[in-house]
Amino acid sequence: MAQAAIELIGIDKSFGAVRANRDINLEVARGTIHGIVGENGAGKSTLMSILYGFYQADSGEIRVGGKPVSIHTSNDAIALGIGMVHQHFMLVDNFTVLENIILGAESDALLKKSIAKARSELERLEREYGLEVDPDAIIEELPVGLQQRVEILKALYRGAEILILDEPTGVLTPAEADHLFRILKQLKEQGKTIVLITHKLREIMAITDTVSVMRQGTMVATRVTKETTVGELAELMVGRRVLLRVEKGESEAGAIKLSVKNLTVKDSRGVTMVDDVSFDVRGGEIVGIAGVAGNGQSELLEAISGIRHAVSGEVMLEGKPIDLTGKADPGELRDRGLAHVPEDRHHVGLVLAFEENENSILGYHDDERYLKGPFLNVDAIMADAKDKIEKYDIRPGNPRLKTANFSGGNQQKIVLAREMEQDPGVLIVGQPTRGVDVGAIEFIHKRLIAMRDQGKAVLVVSVELDEIRSLSDRILVMFAGRVVGERGPDATEGELGLLMAGVEHQEAAQ
Amino acid sequence: MSTPYAKLPAWADYGLIPLINLSIAFVVAGFVVMLVGENPFRAAVILVEGAFGKGTGIAFTLFYATTFIFTGLSVAVAAHCSLFNIGTEGQAYIGGLGIALVCLSFDSVLPWWVIFPIAIVAAAAFGALWGLIPAYLQAKRGSHIVITTIMFNFIAASVMVYLLVGALKPAGSQAPQTRNFLAGAELPKLNWVIELFGAKIRSAPLNICFLLALVMAFLVWLLIWRTRLGYEMRTYGHSPKAARYAGISETRIIITAMMISGALAGMMALNPVMGDQHNVAIDFVSGAGYVGIAVALMGRLHPVGIVLAAILFGMLYQGGAELAFEMPAISRDMIVIIQGLVILFAGALEHMFRPYIQTLFASLSPKSVGMQTVKGTGA
Repeated sequence: MAQAAIELIGIDKSFGAVRANRDINLEVARGTIHGIVGENGAGKSTLMSILYGFYQADSGEIRVGGKPVSIHTSNDAIALGIGMVHQHFMLVDNFTVLENIILGAESDALLKKSIAKARSELERLEREYGLEVDPDAIIEELPVGLQQRVEILKALYRGAEILILDEPTGVLTPAEADHLFRILKQLKEQGKTIVLITHKLREIMAITDTVSVMRQGTMVATRVTKETTVGELAELMVGRRVLLRVEKGESEAGAIKLSVKNLTVKDSRGVTMVDDVSFDVRGGEIVGIAGVAGNGQSELLEAISGIRHAVSGEVMLEGKPIDLTGKADPGELRDRGLAHVPEDRHHVGLVLAFEENENSILGYHDDERYLKGPFLNVDAIMADAKDKIEKYDIRPGNPRLKTANFSGGNQQKIVLAREMEQDPGVLIVGQPTRGVDVGAIEFIHKRLIAMRDQGKAVLVVSVELDEIRSLSDRILVMFAGRVVGERGPDATEGELGLLMAGVEHQEAAQ
Repeated sequence: MSTPYAKLPAWADYGLIPLINLSIAFVVAGFVVMLVGENPFRAAVILVEGAFGKGTGIAFTLFYATTFIFTGLSVAVAAHCSLFNIGTEGQAYIGGLGIALVCLSFDSVLPWWVIFPIAIVAAAAFGALWGLIPAYLQAKRGSHIVITTIMFNFIAASVMVYLLVGALKPAGSQAPQTRNFLAGAELPKLNWVIELFGAKIRSAPLNICFLLALVMAFLVWLLIWRTRLGYEMRTYGHSPKAARYAGISETRIIITAMMISGALAGMMALNPVMGDQHNVAIDFVSGAGYVGIAVALMGRLHPVGIVLAAILFGMLYQGGAELAFEMPAISRDMIVIIQGLVILFAGALEHMFRPYIQTLFASLSPKSVGMQTVKGTGA
């Protein structure tokens, strides 16, 4: 039995009322690759941040190499031989590789000696681990895969024996990811210990020796990778939670109200985020899009709502096309009956510095009801806001209160009230209950179903599988920008989980 | 963890904190006065008496304040749309050009009350135009408004020098300024209002532009908080993403906000040009645009605050001039130091004492900082 490189014993961490980590126990053996999987928000990153000194655990003990340690800053972690490669690189874009490597480890004021020393050391590391990078290349000119290599070199340069990689493949192409895995295996052979955080099960199976599964802040299981299956891990990840089922009747799907054909969207870096997606939403049905965050759902919603430019494809709203060049006027789309509850209510759906009543007209401030000539009709806006507060049970019921002072659930109700009360033909909703308390979740779900029963077409994107399953009449699963499957509402979590993890249906059926 | 700028009661936010900042500025200024060997208390008395002690002083204070209200409003309107308009200086300067053209053309044929409205429109239009170009560059090309407006201040200065030593200068004159306007382009003074209260005024430039400034302050309040345009500007100012989502055109809102800002800056020129000098001279703005930034920040971008802050800076200008006159050790530059300290503490270091005051409030009365207001009522 290999000696443990890291032991975490009884780690607890809360942020306000949210318990991000509860009673976590983890043991990582020296010279192994240990995977940590879990859905977004399961507490993986928090746990690793505690290990790296970004956060302090509320209680619990950390042991490195068998000795209890206290880690208050990342410098403490580095001194203990723990290095971290962050999901978002911590590199200075306009510095060279070498300059980035010595950043924070400069030993003299004039840098000359540091640089010379770093250069020889770097060459040794590159030789030893097969991590070739030109030391004099400028970071921003390097492809992402090489930038990541610099991050790894940075950690090794500081003497890391234990490497933590947080979602390392999120930004990599498949080929780059394969290369990374080869490097990690090589590092392992050299005796380094590696902790790999990911939500991609394929990677876990491909590279790790052991794997721990986190769910809702707890460590639910640890398995030897060879002895487990993707199916088991998927099930452990999503869990057999008690479902929040909403009472609903059969859907009576009517005419197609929203039609998406061959839609392709790229992000600002030119990476394809939505890849040739087609689907229809009919009046009187809720179509749910499931998927792990970051698989193109956000971009899909933004393209449909006219905020984001699409490369190609077609979106028809009530039979008429939507301008996908990025020049569409979201106001005009609203007039045509498209209501949009955005995923990010803090920056997009609401202006937090505004009073509640001001937010209750955002996007509809052109509406004659709220205006008197060029002036806002304050009386009408206030009356309207009070009306919505009543109908949607928004608390506290004060339309003059700053929006930032409402709880997450009530903020979401402000957005929903605004969008639903416009009586739209098509409602698209991103993460309807993210950061929303349990009581409000039920209320919001009921409202969405009521919209459906009125014959509206409802498109819901959520990373909460429970929510998708309980709301949707049809479920589409997105993975890597594509719709990889369509299922009925009776699909099992395991089945959907596999699709979400990018495992082909055929494999899942075995 | 608390957010950096958490809640305080309104009176503390808008009254106490500015007052503390101001007091600190004056204390530090007092040390500077001591350093040059003068009595700071006597200096303070001279400053305040110079500004408010006599009718003439009051009139001068309000005259300067008028100028700062315009520039302060100009900066504030842009700031509500999250645009930092540093070009108020140049926009005001170019506004003066508009006024000059109107006055030089009509002062021999029209009475002041006809010329004044035309001059207002011209000043606003010229200022707006000078704001339009940086706005367009920001909206369409992403050129940062701070950089372009600063550059436009220099361009405005060069253009005005070119015109004031050339086309606008009367033949044979050696002064870089226009000819003096005739009586038709002179604005009525307001000194009689102060004299109503029994004060004596020898001669002071306070004129009806002061009233115009107050009207504009009210209109700006109306614009920002009561019109659709103001709503859109504030939405964009707080969150460009939310504005995009709400269907507010970025280009249109940036250009509109900057043109209104430029128009207000341009109107500032009415006060010194038509109310006082009766000509357009080189560098007549003399930094009032930059003071407007301090006034706007100190007034918390609210017209009422801006009017109060403008009066404060008017006081510093007028009282400072008296101080330089009375105390030989204190030069005109010392006054600039004092003004600089006020800007430093009230503007740049606005939030320096905030955390302490917040802690104080939290320990004295947790309720006043909203510690247990909304939580726990979630649906």
